[in-house]
Amino acid sequence: MARMKFLCDSERCIACNGCVTACKNENEVPWGVNRRRVVTLNDGVPGEKAISVACMHCSDAPCMAVCPVDCFYYTDEGVVLHDKDLCIGCGYCFYACPFGAPQYPQSGAFGMRGKMDKCTFCAGGPEPDNSEEEFRKYGRNRLAEGKLPLCAEMCATKALLAGDGDVVSEIFRGRALNRGKGADLWGWGTAYGKEKAKGEGKS
Amino acid sequence: MRLFLMAAVALALAGCGERDKAVVYKQGVYQGKTDSAPWNNALYKGDKAKWESDIRARNQQQDESRRIGG
Repeated sequence: MARMKFLCDSERCIACNGCVTACKNENEVPWGVNRRRVVTLNDGVPGEKAISVACMHCSDAPCMAVCPVDCFYYTDEGVVLHDKDLCIGCGYCFYACPFGAPQYPQSGAFGMRGKMDKCTFCAGGPEPDNSEEEFRKYGRNRLAEGKLPLCAEMCATKALLAGDGDVVSEIFRGRALNRGKGADLWGWGTAYGKEKAKGEGKS
Repeated sequence: MRLFLMAAVALALAGCGERDKAVVYKQGVYQGKTDSAPWNNALYKGDKAKWESDIRARNQQQDESRRIGG
């Protein structure tokens, strides 16, 4: 199996925030922490787009590179997780992350930083699978139940895709072709690694 | 006296060296608790193939053209 990835189709996202709500509810994320957010690009301008953003589970994660206590790790499925028992809440990962994924509880005095919290791809953390301890610290471990992250599975328009990077990429490739696009799109070859099949997409 | 001079020279020369000031990045190693694979639990009982097939099925369900046809 390839690495687990998220992909948000901006042509389909309607900014309903269903993914945000699903994530908050499923993982019982504390007040002030949003593991997932919907970002609107060119807000108010005709043709505005929205995308759902969370931890992208980078293959070369900058949060991992800057962490002074080395509390991050990759699972075999390519999910970036961290050990909250080690985290010192320094905030380096927040500055390093290009997506603003690391979050900090803001319920303490003076916006005091606590342990970092972020999207776990619904894969829990380094505690026994589906234990109370795991749920309390990291939220649900849906991956251990053979399920994908709820944000993607709940998405009404299926704009947000999650799962095996190869499969997700193939689904998106099919959509792009159905829209009459293809290898003429910028970055097509890099993203999909293969040329347009005969008769596919626009000529 | 001679010993003192030698020590003084050695001490003085010790400051003449030039150290490389470029920061060398060292990849950290995860220091926390080990995590178990998602199929090593009561539900899957270590059956990786079953877990992969379940995940693959869920993955394909996201493709509505495959799910509902068309």
